[in-house]
Order: sequence, then C-alpha cells, then structure tokens
Amino acid sequence: MSHDVEKHSHSLLPSDPELKVKALETALVKRGLIDPAALDEIIDTYQNKIGPKNGAKIIAKALLDKNFKKALIDDPMQILEKHGFLGRQGEHVKVVENTPKIHNIVVCTLCSCYPWPLLGIPPTWYKSDEYRSRVVREPRKCLSEFGVTLPKNTKVRVWDSTAEIRYLVLPILPDKYKDFDEEQLIEIISRDAMIGTALIGSSS
Amino acid sequence: MSRVHDMGGRFGDGKVQPGSITDKTFKEEWHARALAVTLASGSLRQWNLDMSRHSRECLPPKDYCAFSYYDKWISALANLLVNKGVISADEFLNPILKTHPLSSRKLLAADVAGVLSRGAPTSRSVEDSPKFLVGQRVKTRRADNKFISGGHTRLPKYVERSEGKIEICHGAHVFPDTHAHNLGEQPEHLYTVSFLASELWESPENPGDTLCVDIWESYMEPANVP
Repeated sequence: MSHDVEKHSHSLLPSDPELKVKALETALVKRGLIDPAALDEIIDTYQNKIGPKNGAKIIAKALLDKNFKKALIDDPMQILEKHGFLGRQGEHVKVVENTPKIHNIVVCTLCSCYPWPLLGIPPTWYKSDEYRSRVVREPRKCLSEFGVTLPKNTKVRVWDSTAEIRYLVLPILPDKYKDFDEEQLIEIISRDAMIGTALIGSSS
Repeated sequence: MSRVHDMGGRFGDGKVQPGSITDKTFKEEWHARALAVTLASGSLRQWNLDMSRHSRECLPPKDYCAFSYYDKWISALANLLVNKGVISADEFLNPILKTHPLSSRKLLAADVAGVLSRGAPTSRSVEDSPKFLVGQRVKTRRADNKFISGGHTRLPKYVERSEGKIEICHGAHVFPDTHAHNLGEQPEHLYTVSFLASELWESPENPGDTLCVDIWESYMEPANVP
C-alpha cells in the first residue's frame, strides 16, 4: 500500500499565520463545528490553570519525603490522580531521578511531546529545531547554553519521548536548600529543572 | 527515506535560545487560538493523535522548515479537515453559513475541563506476553513504516539498526504505524530501550552517556549475542 497522495490545501490559506488561523476558525464556526467559547476555555486552562507549579508541587513533596518519592517513582499515576494532575498529554507519566552519577534530560525529537498536566504548554526552545536536533547528540553543549555544567563523572541520560510516556525529571536538592519547607521548595523548583536543562538554584 | 520532522542528531542547527522564565505561555494571541482550534477540532473525532502528528510531518519540507510551530499546527489542521472530507478548501476563503452534520459533536465550553483532564490513554491489554525482558540486548530495524510507504512511524532515524538494552517494559500501547493510517490500533508491547552514545554517534560527546527511546516491539529483534 502506498502513501495517500499528499494534498496540501494549506497553501490556499493566507500565508500570514494570524490570518490563516482566523480564516480556519471562521470557516469552522460558520459550520457549527467549533464554539468560540470553548476555544476561550481551552486557552484559559493552559494560560492560567495548568503550568509548572503542578509539577513543582509533586517534586517538592518527593524531595521532602522518601516514602512519597519511592511511591512517585514506582507508581506515579496513582499519586498524580490523587492530586488531580491527570489529563491530555499526561496519560502515562514516568518520573526519572537525578543522582550524582546520572543527569536526566527530556526531549521529543519527532515533535514536541511534553507532560502538559504537570508543566503546561512547552516553552518555545523545547519545540525548536536547535534543541530537538542537538540535545541527543551533544547534550552537554546544549546544557552549557542554559548555563549548566555537570560534574565530569556525571553521565547524561537523554529521554526521547517517542511514545505516549511523558517524562518528568526529579532534580537533586542542593545542600543549601535542605532546610526549605514545601512552599519554599515549590518556589525554587523551576520548569527547566523538571525537563533537565536546569538544576535547582541555577539561573533558568 | 526520511521526513523532515525526524531531526534527532542532525548537524547544522545553531544554539538553543533558552528564553526567560517570564516568557508568556503564548507569545502571540494567534498561537493560543491555533492551539485551541486544533484541540477543539479533535472533538469531531474524524482523526486521532497519530493522524494529526502525521499530517504535520507531511507538510512539504520547505514549509516545515519555514513555518513557526503553531503555523505547522494550523496548516496541518487545514490539510486534515480537507483530506478527511470535513470541509472543502474553498470554505477557507469563502466560509459557508450552513450547519454541518458533525456539529452535534462540537466541543462545548462546559465540556472543556472534562475532556482535557480525561485525556486519551493509549495503554491496552493484550494476550501476548512481552517478547523482550528487562536487560535483554535488542537491535532496531530500519525506521520506515512497514505498511504504508512514507507512512507514520515513531522509530527515529538516529536509532535505526542500532543495538540497545531493554530498560523498562511499559505494557502494550496503540501502535502508531497502523493507527495513523486507519489500519486499527493493533496494540503492541512498548519498551524503553537505552543506547550508548558510542553506539549512535561517530564522535560522541561522552561515550558513556545514554539515550533512552520508547520503542514498540515490532521495531526491533533480539540482538545477536557474540
């Protein structure tokens, strides 16, 4: 069986992407296929309700409580369900723990798969050709572009999200934050630390 | 055979621009609109996630490279809508005020929260037990769709015909190579396979680094044990 002849109707739309979206939205609304109020609701969800604070809440607990951490690594879905962090692009989640020996980094080389319910919509750099093409081949060089240098004997493990499993990095808590409580930890656990392109307390 | 989206390991791209933590979720208003129109159109159930990924991959390489992220989304959505017969391309420029037979499936604002929090799990139960065990050595096949020439596959080129080790068995998941082409879910066992950087790259940054890639059972075979 051969591939369907590829039809590229998109070339008939205005080339300005803003007008392109508008044209498509108008055509679909007129046919009763989409509801502008539903679009507003989707945008509000990802702009205001779902973001990296969700992931930080889970990671903060794991950094404070060894039993919670073990449960999160062994059976994350049960914990995420309890916290109300299930959903689209987070149906199957795995948490990978950084140690002095292994530093984990997450990418999707084929598109832009990302744990939406825990981190929200991916940042532009995560979806960029530069990150997708290079982080699998030269992860340390990419990390240096984020201002991160790893100890020489730390091995890098890059997770390419090619299926529907979404990966969240459990970063190392530096000693200087050992007395922080949960609320304080949530503030310092950055989105990029949970992707693996930052460390807790590093700039990004 | 390759497609432009499969860029892992490619040479020539510049530095990553990390941006700032204060960057907005959606840089432009139309980005948010493009995402929302795409998600809402999915509720019409005329395609699945693998089909929409494949539609983005099928953009002509010159467009794929030139378009911004959400421009790829909206252009691929336009192609899906026309190729699946939902609307005609003429309607892009001359919208018709006429209720569509699929309008009863329209996503309503009140249902958005439920739809987004439910998601669409891809795990399935199958009778076959996994063919590979954790720790086993495996070798991947060529990164091509076996059913459709030029079809969708989730085996990246940079790990094709390479030897790795089974790290995790995830149970069976919907198989994208068939699911993207109306050939059914055909669930297969899915594994995380680790590859040493030295197996994949001629000049690895650090030979002991590893790549972990999620790989379906039929993408690989047992490696020859020396």
